[in-house]
Amino acid sequence: MATLPPASVIARSRRAPEMSLLPGVRKRGFWLYLIPGLVLFTIIVLVPLIWNIYLSFTSYRGIRPPEWIGLDNWAKLMGDDKFWVSFQNSVAMIIAMVVVPTLLGLVLAALLFDLVGKKFGGKFASFLRATYYLPQILPVAIAAIVIGWILRPENGALNTVLDAIGLGALQHNWLGSPDTALLSVMVVMVWVQIGYPVVIFMAALQRVDPELYEAAELDGANWFQRFTSITVSIIRPEIYVVVLTATIAALKVFGPIYALTRGGPGDSTIVPSYYSYSEFFQSQQVGYGATIATALTVVIVALTIIFILAQNRAERLENER
Amino acid sequence: MTATLQRPSTGAGNAVLKPHRQKPRRTVGDWILLIAVILVAALIAVPFLIILVNSFKSPSDYANGGPLSLPSNIYLDGIVNFWQRVNFPEKLWNSFFISGTVAVFAVIVSVFNAYAIGIGRVKGRVWVLVLFMIANTLPQEAMLYPLYFMFKQVGLYDNVWSVIIIFTVVQSAFGTYLLSAVFGTFPKEIIEAASLDGATRWQILLRVIVPISRPTLSVLLIFFFIWTWNEFLIPLTFLVSNANQTVPVAITALQGDRLMDVTTTSASALLGLIPTLIFFLIFQRTLTRGITVGSTK
Repeated sequence: MATLPPASVIARSRRAPEMSLLPGVRKRGFWLYLIPGLVLFTIIVLVPLIWNIYLSFTSYRGIRPPEWIGLDNWAKLMGDDKFWVSFQNSVAMIIAMVVVPTLLGLVLAALLFDLVGKKFGGKFASFLRATYYLPQILPVAIAAIVIGWILRPENGALNTVLDAIGLGALQHNWLGSPDTALLSVMVVMVWVQIGYPVVIFMAALQRVDPELYEAAELDGANWFQRFTSITVSIIRPEIYVVVLTATIAALKVFGPIYALTRGGPGDSTIVPSYYSYSEFFQSQQVGYGATIATALTVVIVALTIIFILAQNRAERLENER
Repeated sequence: MTATLQRPSTGAGNAVLKPHRQKPRRTVGDWILLIAVILVAALIAVPFLIILVNSFKSPSDYANGGPLSLPSNIYLDGIVNFWQRVNFPEKLWNSFFISGTVAVFAVIVSVFNAYAIGIGRVKGRVWVLVLFMIANTLPQEAMLYPLYFMFKQVGLYDNVWSVIIIFTVVQSAFGTYLLSAVFGTFPKEIIEAASLDGATRWQILLRVIVPISRPTLSVLLIFFFIWTWNEFLIPLTFLVSNANQTVPVAITALQGDRLMDVTTTSASALLGLIPTLIFFLIFQRTLTRGITVGSTK
């Protein structure tokens, strides 16, 4: 789930002296402790990962051995509308899980920390924070089922309420019609995700020196100016982490799609992970499924590298100032 | 920006504002913002309440009173039916066994790895860390089919141990990453003292490092447990027979089933969220604070 920025760890270990922390104990003996972890990691992650990449160059239906077909799958992928739709839908997931929660989370965290925590009591702020965080702890498929239940077509809670308050015309098969299915899934994801940035940002805000605020207030800066120039700049590392981890999570979304729409109606809510899953186990097009999974992996790893480089660069600039 | 703002804050600024902070003045704007913040919280909580209320209604009660009314009498058939239908205790046990075993194993593996990397500072540790970090970001689909094939070959397909082994590795990739940083800053004097007393590597790990880092290890244990409990794709793929399924998979599998009436479906969602709500109540502080272990450096 959460990944932390590695820069500091790596930098620290790179500079470390050529000795273990135990005086007089050679490093080499410690390899013993790394063996079980590395062996397991190789079997469960490395081998399957490479195998999957290999499968993306084969025609394989799961029964007869894979047959090497070179770049055919990849060529097919580039011209596959369904694949591009799945990535478009990933962008929608990024809006629902990264853009909206991060912006809203910044404001909510600042309000809870500055206003509610200071003027209405820290206990109350903690209570609100816990409430925001509640959907985060659910298995995401269950979270989807909760909202899906409310959006049921005939006798769903939302439609019934709309009818009762005289807005019956707005009743809709929210998850079952192509025009609102994606939007409904996005609502589920905003609901699930909102607590994550709030919790992280509130912890980060404790680092902000209150004197900075007071000084800025004396200088005549209004709340919004203080928010953008002090708060946001100080908790920037956390913003990077939230944006990175949530973007990765958005690209991986599977459970809610499986539980609510199975990619439908039509392909209107298909996402790459569900697409590859259905190629693996429903269409038995394992080679092509592996191609989709590999493409998704490439996108995620590339994004991670770009984010981390950007973060390190921002940190360096910050230190130079 | 921050540098220029810092200067005038010493002395005078403090003195002027101190009393101000002690006796908070609540303006109209403050109250409006407070209401907005509470409204957002209510909006987030409402789906939980709706599910709770409707799980105790009969379908006809639901049809008459709508989704927002309280149940006219407490109707437990929906919950009981679903409970029996999925053999819920069995699913709870599966989830509990898988998550608990994974949490313990993954912490042990993480401790070993981090001992070698953080304290042992073995050669090539940077690359090992980078490897684990990338593994944290990989989508499970990228390993899914080969794992499916492998576990079928060794006869562990549709066996909880396949899921336990996979998540032990997945979670320990994160744990190694986190613990290596923690161990890397371990107070040197303590290890040195133990070392001078003639303790071996193994004794130092077991009697010094593990006891002292217990708080971090228990946070990891809780997180691994809950993360594994909430996993979906891999249990869905590997645990196909009813008797092996986890709570989220079993509940999802029955959605849209023609025997599920409206309030039974609500009851199924309720049963799905109750275990995690209990974990949340028990570990609230760890969860809402501890999550920052992953984000701060």
